[in-house]
Amino acid sequence: MWYDEMVRVVGRPKLVEERIMRIEIHRERCIGAGMCVLTAPDLFDQSEDDGCVVLLNPEPAPDRHEAAKQAESLCPSGTIEVVPDED
Amino acid sequence: MPDKLSTATTLPTARASGCPFDPPPELGELRQHGPISRLAFPDGHLGWVVTSQAAARTVLADRRFSSRIELIHQPIPVPGVEKIPRKTRPGSFIRMDPPEHTRYRHLLTGQFTVRRMKALEPRIEQITTEHLDAMEEHGPPVDLVPAFSLPIPSLVICELLGVPYSYREKFQKDTSTLLRLTSPPDERVAAMEAVNDLLRDLVLSKRTNPDDALISGLIRDTELNDDELVGISTLLLLAGHETTANMLALGTFALLQRPDQLAALRKDPDLIEGAVEELLRYLSIVQFGTVRAALEDVEVDGQLVKAGETVVISIPLANRDPDRFDHPEALDVTRSAAGHVAFGHGIHQCLGQQLARIEMRIGYRELFRRFPTLRLAVAPDEVPLRTDMAIYGVHHLPVAW
Repeated sequence: MWYDEMVRVVGRPKLVEERIMRIEIHRERCIGAGMCVLTAPDLFDQSEDDGCVVLLNPEPAPDRHEAAKQAESLCPSGTIEVVPDED
Repeated sequence: MPDKLSTATTLPTARASGCPFDPPPELGELRQHGPISRLAFPDGHLGWVVTSQAAARTVLADRRFSSRIELIHQPIPVPGVEKIPRKTRPGSFIRMDPPEHTRYRHLLTGQFTVRRMKALEPRIEQITTEHLDAMEEHGPPVDLVPAFSLPIPSLVICELLGVPYSYREKFQKDTSTLLRLTSPPDERVAAMEAVNDLLRDLVLSKRTNPDDALISGLIRDTELNDDELVGISTLLLLAGHETTANMLALGTFALLQRPDQLAALRKDPDLIEGAVEELLRYLSIVQFGTVRAALEDVEVDGQLVKAGETVVISIPLANRDPDRFDHPEALDVTRSAAGHVAFGHGIHQCLGQQLARIEMRIGYRELFRRFPTLRLAVAPDEVPLRTDMAIYGVHHLPVAW
């Protein structure tokens, strides 16, 4: 709560070495290949209904940035996009 | 430009003797013309071949390249090809573009998730154990193809779809005919019809006697008509067993020929996941690559591919791209082979890849655990190679222990 208030007032704290990364999903492109789940099961899941991607964590901790980028690169259909958070 | 056609090479297919795991040397030489270069097709078409991993991914992910069979020129000579109907069957979405492809694929993606495939592990282990028991009981030598590598994925896909295993003999002969490059056109058409008839009977019987398997699920949950159900079932059945079967047998052959790699895998069983990826990369059993047709003019790596031209994406070359993989010619079960395109890339990437991975992990692991002294029962150059088939592998693999 104090954190939310701080973010509202001064913005998210950002360290050079601990930049926030955002994962964006273009779900309409998903073909359910499952590469993201295989690569980073803590960040991605597949829906029980249609097998398409479910984003578990849109802002992974720094130690998972590499895994997020790997999932982006291995996704066959361009569903996953990793963007540096500029907010 | 007819002068270009006369100088352009056709797709090289001859492997060097004594190198059963390496792509044809002349195919590798195409790399020197860049990531994409001109290729002559047997029907006189002048198209392209992609040789780098990056360009392969670019083309396969670009929706301006179509998978429709009627737009594609075949890079490999097929006898009587003009007599074979160039028409995509209903439900055969591997040869469709969006939005048709999307509609069918999305009906199936929920069935092939990482979680669902993982849930099949105990059953796949059981099936594997039964076949290893039978091998042990029979005693050496055993041909690993009919004893192990072919029946396991066959049984698994049959159970998944709800196809009675007794159908196996019928469809396996027809599948072979379809994959054999030298099959006469009449036999090829007849084989396709036979598989279709078999699955049409099955679909009709599932309408009256449903079970818990995939085909009955599609009947229950979707509006698909019988033609579409037959097309989907045919595609899944064919794709579901020949591919994994050949990876299991050829991968075993490769590991037996590289005792250092097998020893590393034995020492650290946790390497199996990476080893499966590496074997997929190294062996690239989709030996003639995959094909697309440009729907409009597209520039690829500085070359202009014109609308209507066919592009062959060489899976074996992409997977041995020295710009992407260090020492690509080496089998190294400890490397990260991530980014290989053995399952393709783009919207058509293999639907059953998570099943294939689990079947291979269990298959290799259990085979070498049960028979630690496994060895070839013939000289390596006596192993008959599937150079004549669309999917590479071995016809037989006699082993002893």
